[in-house]
Amino acid sequence: MTNLDQASNANWTIIFICWIIASVSTLGSLFFSEIMEFPPCALCWYQRIFMFPLVLIFLTGLFPFDKSIVKYALPLAILRWCFAFYHYLLYSGIIPESLQPCSQGVSCSETYLDLFGFLTIPMLSLISFSTIVTLLFILKRRLSK
Amino acid sequence: MRKQDIVLVLISIGFLIFLYVLGASIYKNQQAKKYEFMAQENASTFVREHSQTLGSDDAKVYLVEFSDPACETCSAFHPFVKKMMAVNPGKIKLVVRYAPFHDGADYFVKILEAARKQGKYWETLEVMYKTQPYWASHHNPQPQLIWKFLPSAGLDLEKIRNDMNDPEIAKLIKQDLADAKTLNVRKTPGFFVNGKPLTIFGYRQLQELVESEIKEYY
Repeated sequence: MTNLDQASNANWTIIFICWIIASVSTLGSLFFSEIMEFPPCALCWYQRIFMFPLVLIFLTGLFPFDKSIVKYALPLAILRWCFAFYHYLLYSGIIPESLQPCSQGVSCSETYLDLFGFLTIPMLSLISFSTIVTLLFILKRRLSK
Repeated sequence: MRKQDIVLVLISIGFLIFLYVLGASIYKNQQAKKYEFMAQENASTFVREHSQTLGSDDAKVYLVEFSDPACETCSAFHPFVKKMMAVNPGKIKLVVRYAPFHDGADYFVKILEAARKQGKYWETLEVMYKTQPYWASHHNPQPQLIWKFLPSAGLDLEKIRNDMNDPEIAKLIKQDLADAKTLNVRKTPGFFVNGKPLTIFGYRQLQELVESEIKEYY
């Protein structure tokens, strides 16, 4: 196998991992709302809006591997990350409650899930999308070389 | 495009969906067990002293319904529930609990409870459900319109206006809402049959759940 082959294999794998993370996050969020019947708050919906299409965008970018995937996926992923970060700040109380945009229906700062004392839903969201954004930036650098 | 890549992705999709379905069934099972436990240990969460019931006291199948007089689906389910009770005479006991989630719906619960003091509870409930489209439209709710229809239930309206402000009724609604929260009822109607929640919503599913309980106890 040549170096070029190996490099393109690694690039494919990066997008594959991104796709897996996006799929797990999507199915996870659907599990919370459809199976456990936690009502998604407004901020969760904005994050979902930018996350659901990524599953399909990553998948189509894999067959065959398409370099321009970064161009299309990165804006969605970054926006998604911004919402996740904002949500995390709200949730952990760094931004005070009065500033939160969702006044009606479901509170964005109510705790529904708390695994091992630190893994909350916004935390999971922030972790997964930090990973995706980082991977996409790594791929962007590799491709521009 | 390499064949093994496609296989890898297909296997991943299959695996993820499998995990989702497995997780869902484990979770639903766990919930069902939890409610079963509550039905045994904490029966009053399902049936309070104040709860209005219909059917024989000897009935072994308790159908608890968290309902809202202003909820369209509750209205649609009411004839179905009564039909099920008619088909299985003496076997089903209906327990009405309140979950007035619609804006201002506790107004109608108060009228209903006031009607109970005149012994006209079920007549009033029938009239409310039947005339619901006139006073409970979502874009233009007109609660006052209900007074036009109440006389057909044979009620003394003056007495209703006095009785509906009884603080006992407000307390009862508060208790029912608290129990609805404990039992994770977020939508109406919320059904429990002998403490078992209706996990998939629908006429057929409710009938199957009731029939399986009848089979077990008769």
